[in-house]
Amino acid sequence: MRQRMLVAGALTLAMVGTAQARDRLVLGMVLEPPHLDPTAGAAAAIDEVVYANIFEGLTRIDERGEVRPALAENWTVADDGLAYTFRLRDGVTFHDGTSFDASDVKFALERAMAPDSVNAQKGLFEPIASVETADPLTVLVRLKRPTSAFLFNMGWGDAVVVAPESADENKTRPIGTGPFTFAQWVKGDRVEIARNAAYWGPPVALAGATFKFINDPAAATAALLAGDVDAFANFPAPEALAQFAADPRFAVVIGTTEGETILAINNAVAPLDDLRVRRAISHAIDRQAIIDGAMFGYGTPIGSHFAPHHPAYVDLTGRYPHDPEKAKALLAEAGVSGLRLSIKLPPPSYARRGGEIIAAQLKAVGIEAELIPVEWAQWLEQVFTNKDYQLTIVSHTEPMDIGIYARDDYYFNYSSPEFKAVMSDLAATVDLAEQTELLGRAQRIIAEDAVNGFLFQLAKHGVWDARVQGLWHNSPIQANDLTAVRWAE
Amino acid sequence: MSVFLARRLLALGLTLLAASLIVFTVMEVLPGDPAAVMLGVGAQPDTLAALRAELGLDRPVVERYLRWLGGLLTGDLGRSYTYGVPVAELVAERLVVSLPLALLALTLAAALGIPTGVLAAARRGRPADTGLMALSQLGVAIPNFWFAVLLILLFAVQLRWLPAGGFAGWGQGPWPGLRSLLLPAVALALPQAAILARVTRSAVLECLGEDYVRTARAKGLPPDAALWRHAVPNALIPVVTILGLQFSFLLAGTIIVEQVFYLPGIGRLIFQAIAQRDLIVVESLVVLLAAAVVVVNFLVDLAYAWLDPRLRHG
Repeated sequence: MRQRMLVAGALTLAMVGTAQARDRLVLGMVLEPPHLDPTAGAAAAIDEVVYANIFEGLTRIDERGEVRPALAENWTVADDGLAYTFRLRDGVTFHDGTSFDASDVKFALERAMAPDSVNAQKGLFEPIASVETADPLTVLVRLKRPTSAFLFNMGWGDAVVVAPESADENKTRPIGTGPFTFAQWVKGDRVEIARNAAYWGPPVALAGATFKFINDPAAATAALLAGDVDAFANFPAPEALAQFAADPRFAVVIGTTEGETILAINNAVAPLDDLRVRRAISHAIDRQAIIDGAMFGYGTPIGSHFAPHHPAYVDLTGRYPHDPEKAKALLAEAGVSGLRLSIKLPPPSYARRGGEIIAAQLKAVGIEAELIPVEWAQWLEQVFTNKDYQLTIVSHTEPMDIGIYARDDYYFNYSSPEFKAVMSDLAATVDLAEQTELLGRAQRIIAEDAVNGFLFQLAKHGVWDARVQGLWHNSPIQANDLTAVRWAE
Repeated sequence: MSVFLARRLLALGLTLLAASLIVFTVMEVLPGDPAAVMLGVGAQPDTLAALRAELGLDRPVVERYLRWLGGLLTGDLGRSYTYGVPVAELVAERLVVSLPLALLALTLAAALGIPTGVLAAARRGRPADTGLMALSQLGVAIPNFWFAVLLILLFAVQLRWLPAGGFAGWGQGPWPGLRSLLLPAVALALPQAAILARVTRSAVLECLGEDYVRTARAKGLPPDAALWRHAVPNALIPVVTILGLQFSFLLAGTIIVEQVFYLPGIGRLIFQAIAQRDLIVVESLVVLLAAAVVVVNFLVDLAYAWLDPRLRHG
């Protein structure tokens, strides 16, 4: 009898065990973050672990790319757009037990703005003139000039609130205010996070989650098939998606990203400084062929540096239709013949595979393209920093980054007073209709100037266990927000 | 013996100094700035300068080399630029994967390869020999990453006996860790076993042709006894040499298999560090691996002396 009870007990335990197993998620990621401090590095993998899970900012960006309250419960903006008063949530604590208040916000913002700041997006904080703490739950931020994107900017991972007590340790032991706490990091293998029992908001459904780093596409496929990994929010092997789509155990979700993939052109070197030559290149490009050939059909053609899912998007893909004859005529008009150009290709497959196809398309209009594969570090030094290149293929994955065309000394070597004027008008306006109009003008100016060859918007290929709910379908920012993720019953 | 040791230690020191100079120079010449890699395409010049200063990259090259070398001499491998933790810590985390994996693979390779080689030599020219050597040819020819994928498809995806990859760690006892290393070890061991089998076979065959074996046989020793007592022990010297080389290779040259099984081993650490221009990690690791190779060679030399008394007293 006793033995039978023991067996029954063991069975119950085993059943409870399997029931409990459904509140954990193993999420595959291609790249491992170099460290876990989102305020001190550009690697998307950092935000893909910590954003919204471990760290929170004053505001946050949701799945649709909209600004939501986070540590700031609400805010008011002065009529002149020069002062933001944030009302903070009460009763928030950091994971190490220290309390959160206005002084932490002041510390975090001033740290990011400081001369010795190593924040990869220091530009987000540049408009800030001062940060004042009116009382422990009220922060007043004064700006140097109206900045319409300010609330969105404060929702970036680079703008999360960190505490003075723990900021220096965040790289290896991140301490935030989010619904998950950092548990452990087995370098080269995984990061584990656990539910924060002391969270200020509603508790998350998952008891814990593991981010597993697998950068080989075949290994990623095997890990999903073997059940070692429950989900890949950005699956690295588009060629295997059909196999998963046909398997009822998995859900395949194709969404959008903020990644404008471009054939970047050095506008300062001859003959690329000639608008006709750049337009010829634009006419030589067949975007759909690149999407089909390099991306297995996943991706949306773009005609300017702007995301198609954004409300202010203007479809300019028809501005330079694929027309080899027109391209040849433009080159002849510019007096260019026998043109030889080099294309530097960073490691991602969109660049390496896309480069082959673009080289063939350029050859069809009489441009001989030499492909030069480079490592990422080489790309950053040669192309991005030293501007030692003619053409390159790269995806700009930052959200709403059309402003880079207004930057002096950016690697495109493009300078347009008209474009800069539109950008400063945009920053100064709070009227939505006016913003949309200005964004449309900005898209048209860079398309008219054929600054770069605009190729396609990267797609987000998610593959996960069909029972997993609540993962983001689109990625308006690079994040794996697990706060709404749960297993279906 | 002490002269032997002193000579060895001197050689070790000089080798490591040369290795440190070469790897430091190569990493300096290589285009790419660790700070730029860390800050990405949104970085502004002043932020880059601040980070370079924080990492000490604004110091002159010679000063950085001497500082690093000084650190190495006092056992300080430096601090990783990207991870921000001591290099020694990173290496220790990876060694608990790479070292057991290398040992497991080498043991499997030896257990499979040496007996196969001896058997083939003993059956020289007969069907068993031909069959085994054909198999070993196949073993040498099959790329181990491809074999690894086959193993994953069978044991992880189809049968679900073993994980498809990753490393469970040694925290919950030896079995979960060993389970994660089993398939990679088999994938690594197969080509090594094939090489060992071929080397063993030819070494044993050579010994079987020696005068002392003929003498032993002439004195009436049965073929099997002559094989095991006279031929095999003398054939072990080239086999041990190969084993030493294989161990050095398995310690760091397993990047592709680590990649396929997404194992956090030494090979992948070097690969990532090069891609991210984490110069200090690459430099320290290469010197450590050079040291490991020299030490393994030294152990192989000691094994020679143990296997062949003439070398001991010579």
